[in-house]
Amino acid sequence: MFSDYSLAELSSIFMMQGFAGLILFSVFVLMALGLAIIFGQMGVINMAHGEFMILGAYVTYFTSQFFLNYLPSLFGIYFFVAMILAFLAAGALGMATEWLMIRHLYKRPLDTLLATWGLSLILQQVYRSVFGPREVGVELPSWMMGSLPVTEVVEVQINGLFVMGLTIAITVAVALLMYKSSWGKQVRAVVQNRVMAGAVGINTEKVDRYTFGLGCGIAGVAGSAFTMIGSTGPTSGQLYIVDTFLVVVFGGAQSLLGTIASAFTISQAQSTMEFFLSGSMAKVLTLLGVVVILMLRPQGLFVIKVRR
Amino acid sequence: MSSHNDGSDNFSSTRRRLLKGLAALPAAPLLSSTALFSSSAFAQAPATSAVNTTGLAVTDTEVTVGILHSVTGTMAISETGSVQAEKLAIEQINAMGGVLGRKIKFIQEDGASDWPTFAEKAKKLLVNDKVAAVMGCWTSASRKAVLPVFEQYNGMLYYPTFYEGLEQSKNVIYTGQEATQQILAGLDWVNKTKGAKSFYLIGSDYIWPRTSMKIARKHIEAHLGGKVAGEEYFPLGHTQFNSVINKIKLTKPDVIYCAVVGGSNVAFYKQLKAAGIDLSKQTLLTISVTEDEIDGIGGDNIAGAYSCMKYFQSLDNPNNKDFVAAFKKMWGEKTVIGDVTQAAYLGPWLWKMTVEKAGSFDVDKIAEASPGIEFTKAPEGYVKIHPNHHLWSKTRVGQAQLDGQFKVVFETPDLIEPDPFPKGYQ
Repeated sequence: MFSDYSLAELSSIFMMQGFAGLILFSVFVLMALGLAIIFGQMGVINMAHGEFMILGAYVTYFTSQFFLNYLPSLFGIYFFVAMILAFLAAGALGMATEWLMIRHLYKRPLDTLLATWGLSLILQQVYRSVFGPREVGVELPSWMMGSLPVTEVVEVQINGLFVMGLTIAITVAVALLMYKSSWGKQVRAVVQNRVMAGAVGINTEKVDRYTFGLGCGIAGVAGSAFTMIGSTGPTSGQLYIVDTFLVVVFGGAQSLLGTIASAFTISQAQSTMEFFLSGSMAKVLTLLGVVVILMLRPQGLFVIKVRR
Repeated sequence: MSSHNDGSDNFSSTRRRLLKGLAALPAAPLLSSTALFSSSAFAQAPATSAVNTTGLAVTDTEVTVGILHSVTGTMAISETGSVQAEKLAIEQINAMGGVLGRKIKFIQEDGASDWPTFAEKAKKLLVNDKVAAVMGCWTSASRKAVLPVFEQYNGMLYYPTFYEGLEQSKNVIYTGQEATQQILAGLDWVNKTKGAKSFYLIGSDYIWPRTSMKIARKHIEAHLGGKVAGEEYFPLGHTQFNSVINKIKLTKPDVIYCAVVGGSNVAFYKQLKAAGIDLSKQTLLTISVTEDEIDGIGGDNIAGAYSCMKYFQSLDNPNNKDFVAAFKKMWGEKTVIGDVTQAAYLGPWLWKMTVEKAGSFDVDKIAEASPGIEFTKAPEGYVKIHPNHHLWSKTRVGQAQLDGQFKVVFETPDLIEPDPFPKGYQ
C-alpha cells in the first residue's frame, strides 16, 4: 500500500493525515463532551443529543441571516455571537426538558433512553414543520474559509483550526468548571452520594437541572461549529449520534479524560485507515476494534459510574 | 343551491360538465396542439361505466389518484419538491377541465422515509381507496418495496427519480432517467471538452451510486481509454471527508466523479472547499447534485462544479419559463426546482394524456397505451414514453453558479433512448 507513493509524498501524507486526524479528534470531542457530562455525571442516556446540536446549527443559521440583512458590516464576527446564542438556546431547551421529563425518570435510567429517543423524534418533526424539510446553507464569513498552504501539497484548513481552538477552549472551561469551581464540587458530590449531598444543603434538583442544561448547551455550540463542515437540516443530528455514543461508551464516560482518550483513539484509527482502505471498510474496522476492546473491557477505557 | 339540485341529479351533472367545457375554452390557446386534440374537455364526458371497468375510484365528476412520498423522516428533504410538483400539475390539469371530464382528486399518504410503510400505504391506496394511479416514491428502496404491491393489485405508479436502471414493470412509468442516460453523455462530454483521462469515483455506499459507478468505470475504461484513479464509497450520513480529499490531492485526477447523497453531500463540498480545492481549476462532475442540494451546500461552496442531469431550473425554453413561474407562484419565490421535481411534474401529465389516448382509466389499458405518449409541454423540452416504460430524454451538463443555479453548458443534440438493461455495462 505504500509502494504507490514516493518518499516525499509519504511524508506529506502523514502530515496531512495527522492533521485530518486531529480535526476529526476535535470534532469528536466537541460532540461527545455534552453527552459525556450528562451521561457521566447524571447517568442519563440522552438520545436527543443530536437534536440539541441541530438547534444550535439553526440558531447559527438565523443569526447569520440576521447579520446579513441588518448588520452586514459586522458579518465577520457573527459566528461568535451565534455560538453564544446557540449555547443559550440549547441550554434553555435542555433545562426545560430536564424539568418536564428527565427529573421524573431518574430512578429509571433505561426509561430515559426511551423518553429522550421520543424527544429526538418530536424535535426532528418540529424542526421540519417550523424550519421546513429542506436543508439550509449557512454562510460563513470569508476569513473562516480556505486554507493556509504549508508546502505545495500540505494545506491546513482554517475552519479545522477554528474547530480545534474551540474544542480546546471548551474542554478547558468545562474542566475548570467541574474540578475547580464550587458548583463543580456540588455536581460531583451529587454524583457520588445524592442523599448525603442533599443532607449537607446542596440543592440537588437545581444541580441536576444546570448539569443537564450545560451538557445540552455544549451540544448547541458543537452544532453551531459543525455548520462549517456539515449539513443543517431537521435530521442532520442523526449523522452525529452514533459516533458520539461510540466515543462516550468507549471512553467510559466517568471523566473527561476518558472521553478525550477515546475520541483520540477512534479518530486517529479511522482517519489513518480511511486513507489506505475505502471509507466503508475503515468504518467497519473501527467499529470492530471498538467491539473487541469493549468485550475485553466492558466498562470502557476508564471506569464508569452510574447513579443507582 | 343544493336543495335545488337535489331532485335533478342527471340534469345538473350534465350542465356542470357543459360549464366545465366552456370554462376550458379560454385556456385553449395556451395548450399545445397535441394536448388540444387529445383533450376531451370539450366533449361530453364519457360514462363512468365505459371508462372504468375495474372498480377504480372514478365517479361521474371525479377521479382519485394517490400521492405517496415521505413528508416526514430523512427523505422529506428530497421528496418535498416532488409532492409540490405533483400538486401543481394536478391543479393545472383541473383548471383545464380535468381528465375525461373528471376533476382529479388526490389522496396523499406519507411514506415516512420507511420502506415497509411505503408498501403498506401503497396497499391502502390501491385496495381501500382504489386510486386510478399513484405518483410517488423517491428512493430505489421505496420503489422496490412497493413494486410487488403494484404488481399484485395491478396499480399504476409514476416514479420520478433518476435511478440505477435494471428494472422494468408493466405497472411503473419511470419519468426520471435510468443510469446510462444520465452517465454516458456526461462522461463523453467531460472527456471531449476537458480532455479528461483519469477519474476519481466517489459515492455513498448503496445501490444507486455503486451501480452508476460500475457503468461509469466500464465506459471510462472501455470507451474513453481513460483510467479510474480511485473508487471510494462512504456510509450514508458520513460527514468526514478529509482523508479522501487528501487522497484526491495526491492522485491529482482530471475529474472527480461524484455520487454522494444526502447530508454527506453538504459535508463533502464544504470540506473540499476548506481544503483549498478550487473547483474552477479541478474539474468535478456530479450526478447527485440538483438545485435542491445546493440550497443546503451553499452556492459559494460548490460554484464551478459540473452536474449532469436532464433538467435544470435555468433551462431556457418557453415551457420551462411557464413552469418555473407557476411553481414559484404556488410554492413561494424562494423555492428551487431540481431535476426530480421536474420529473415528478411530468407524472400527472403523462397519466392524463395516456388516459385520454386509451379512453379509459383501466390500468391494463393505460399500461398498453403508454408507449408513444408524447408531452410537448414538458419543462425539460419534449419527452416521449418508450415501450420499456422509461422516457426518451436529453441529457444536459450544468455548471453550478454562486447563486445556486446552474448554467447549462452542454446538451445532447438528440433524445437519448432509455436502456434499463444496458449490454456490456453490467
